[in-house]
Amino acid sequence: MKHIDEYRDASLAKKIAAEISRQCNKHWTIMEICGGQTHSIMRYGLDQLLPETLELVHGPGCPVCVTALELIDKALFIAAQPKTIFASYGDMLRVPGSSGDLFSVRADGGDIRTVYSPLDAVKIAQQNPDKEVVFFGIGFETTAPANAMSVRLAKSLGIKNYSMLVSHVRVPPAMEAILSSPTNRVQGFLAAGHVCTVMGCWEYPSISQKHGVPIVVTGFEPVDILNGILKTIIQLENGQARVENAYPRLVTFEGNTQAQKIINEVFETCDRNWRGIGMIPLSGWRINPDFADFDAEIKFDVGDISTEESQLCIAGKILQGLKKPNECSEFGVSCKPEHPLGATMVSSEGACAAYYRYRFINSLSQGN
Amino acid sequence: MCLGVPGKITEIYQANDLLMGKIDFGGVIREACLSYVPEAKIGDYALIHVGFALNLLSEVEAKETLDLLNQIADIENELGPA
Repeated sequence: MKHIDEYRDASLAKKIAAEISRQCNKHWTIMEICGGQTHSIMRYGLDQLLPETLELVHGPGCPVCVTALELIDKALFIAAQPKTIFASYGDMLRVPGSSGDLFSVRADGGDIRTVYSPLDAVKIAQQNPDKEVVFFGIGFETTAPANAMSVRLAKSLGIKNYSMLVSHVRVPPAMEAILSSPTNRVQGFLAAGHVCTVMGCWEYPSISQKHGVPIVVTGFEPVDILNGILKTIIQLENGQARVENAYPRLVTFEGNTQAQKIINEVFETCDRNWRGIGMIPLSGWRINPDFADFDAEIKFDVGDISTEESQLCIAGKILQGLKKPNECSEFGVSCKPEHPLGATMVSSEGACAAYYRYRFINSLSQGN
Repeated sequence: MCLGVPGKITEIYQANDLLMGKIDFGGVIREACLSYVPEAKIGDYALIHVGFALNLLSEVEAKETLDLLNQIADIENELGPA
């Protein structure tokens, strides 16, 4: 497919990897923020093309993984209500809450539907005027324009039975939190290309300058990722720390200003609890008071819910780049995609799922 | 979740108060909302994520990125294996 195949060219990828090896003289640790990039790195074995002195650590950019346990439990509560249809992106259904997951609510008779787009959930609301339709609005800045538009559309069409359980998170405050941690090892960032397609790059220069780290906006295909790594290494080896855009075919400095306008119309910034990491100030979006009628937390009066996390799961350390999935004693033992202890083993962007799918299974089939 | 796929816009129309379009992903046709890319024209490529076009793809920038990377590859060829 045009604009994909060119960036999967193995010969070009190997040559960029060779250039990275030529440029990389010291030991460096780089974090790719986005779980989609983690999966590409594992799927194509990109880390195995890199010099041993270059370590990639995997960031918290997996919305399914960082959605707070409390929000999952609220989703389970709402989805179990009578005359309610709970609509969600498919990834969320297997994420473990304190007791069970959305699949188990469905097994008990809950009407839970997976949708491709929040506009599908609005359609379900139009088709079922006698039921409450609640959409689980999770995601980073990439998904926020779609989720915000669905709320705005429901309001403009006068649809009263649509609401959203919002768990939106924002990347820049998470990068700040990682860099400010006393245990931080990250010396450079690959910023998430599709977050920047929406938000642009303007939020990053202050972070780069304050912490003295290169931030390179990077795409998702193998050639894109290696290009982002190369640019980061060149900066690090030359003592530079600035924002660079390695994904200019889709990212501009200002981003999509129309999308930002609608996000700011429907959502407002709030503190947000990240699963496994904890509260990060101003790292989330919630529905603002003008759209309160569409806020499922208000509509269903869910209140405070007490939660219970698995004691064995080390997802929090993995999401902060402090541990690798294969360093967990439960990895591939009691924790597998079909029986996950934590959300990082569930999502198509979770680091544990990536290691399991592309490394663990392969090593078993090769008898290693 | 943040994965988006570039597709080619083949139709543009209004529906339900929104600017919508048909997108061709290598032969598979899907509908997407184009409200965030009102300048879109038929034949443009856009990044599609959860049923929304998040931005148009710049063909000029795409070509420039690949040209620059191919120059690096040419240099690597001359230097031989690292």
